[in-house]
Amino acid sequence: MSKIETRSLNVYYDGGTVHALKGVNIKIEANKITALIGPSGCGKTTFLRALNRMNELNGVKTRGKVLMDGVDIYSRKVDVIQLRKRIGMVFQQPNPFPMSIFDNVAYGPRIHGLRNRKLERIIEESLKKAALWEEVKDRLEESALKLSGGQQQRLCIARALAVNPEVLLFDEPCSALDPVSTARIEALLRELKNDYTIVIVTHNMQQAARVSDFTAFFLMGELIEFGETMQIFEKPRDKRTEDYITGRFG
Amino acid sequence: MAVRKEYIEDLEKLKEEVLRMGELAKESAKNAITALVQRDTELASKILKENAIIDDLEFDIENRCMKLLALQQPMAVDLRTIGTCMKIITDFDRISDLAGDIAEIVRRIGHEPHVKPLIDIPRMSEIAQGMIADCLKAFSSQDIKILEDFSERDDVIDALFDQVRRELITITIERPRGIANAGHLLFVALHLERIGDHACNIASRIIYMVTGEKRKLG
Repeated sequence: MSKIETRSLNVYYDGGTVHALKGVNIKIEANKITALIGPSGCGKTTFLRALNRMNELNGVKTRGKVLMDGVDIYSRKVDVIQLRKRIGMVFQQPNPFPMSIFDNVAYGPRIHGLRNRKLERIIEESLKKAALWEEVKDRLEESALKLSGGQQQRLCIARALAVNPEVLLFDEPCSALDPVSTARIEALLRELKNDYTIVIVTHNMQQAARVSDFTAFFLMGELIEFGETMQIFEKPRDKRTEDYITGRFG
Repeated sequence: MAVRKEYIEDLEKLKEEVLRMGELAKESAKNAITALVQRDTELASKILKENAIIDDLEFDIENRCMKLLALQQPMAVDLRTIGTCMKIITDFDRISDLAGDIAEIVRRIGHEPHVKPLIDIPRMSEIAQGMIADCLKAFSSQDIKILEDFSERDDVIDALFDQVRRELITITIERPRGIANAGHLLFVALHLERIGDHACNIASRIIYMVTGEKRKLG
């Protein structure tokens, strides 16, 4: 069953002069990991940011539909704050707030009015789900900035999980991490897909091949090919996909 | 500047080496039957010596494949090509081993006359050689149309094997003294039948390499 569906999704930058996404139609399956791949500037991050209306923050024009559970998220009736609670996002560089580990994870739930024991329970659950609890349970009051890069990224995932989202968007979550931290995040993604729908932008094709169930290849704003990851990496249908994933693109 | 120049050159070199190994295996199979028909024990000894070159090539090609897999993370058609190379070199090696077994039989027979004129065995060999030759052509040109009738060709080899087997049984019943030579020829026919099967395996892998579809032949 598809969790998110885009229909003729078009995105324009710079007052309409740059056509960044050209009529993208895609169905993103619930409880699966969908990887978005393609060369720099192909529109994959723009696409990711269109899924929780992050592009709006930069004065970008969006046309077409993005349906989540059948409801257009660009409809005027949709509350953007609520929408971003349902669709969490984790960025390329770990970006913990300059506060304690506890307060980082508590930030979202507190905004939504949670306090005391309920809040503590959510923080523990979120840190456990992000596979960080064992490493930080005795130092929750320490600054999050003292954590390693990989731990900071898992903290950001815990922070995203704390508001109980349905979808998680990852924008190159491992590009700033070493191979061991990357492997931990990848293992975590596979765990998380049981409870969440995951979309991940990655430049690392091996990562896309390792973790995702579906892969979408973008080129110059167009969705060139979308299919099961094994099919895309073993026998892509489109010559452009093949040229890109075999590295003959240039 | 060409993208991934060295990688593409390595892939091309890999394919060249696989073709070289295939050609050598095909020549071994062909020479083994020539040696049998002409009872040429010198040619048989030459085949056995050349087997070592094919064995070395198999290791060398396998190393090239492992290196490409480990260092280049090949995808799509490249991944299928490397996977295919790793599989078909085993078949080429087996073909050369079977040719070696036939050569060994030729040395054992020596200059003794055969119990029957050799007609079906050379036919089996000719069909099997044609199949290996077409595999090499398809591997090089990516034109897999010439592999389409492999199951039928393999059926012809199987039928010829059955015919040879029945004929040799009859001969041994009629002339028990010829049992040793008949036994040798039966093994030769069996080895040729196996070579046909290996050619089918190779063809099926080449179809996968080109199309991504796995299809059983033979």
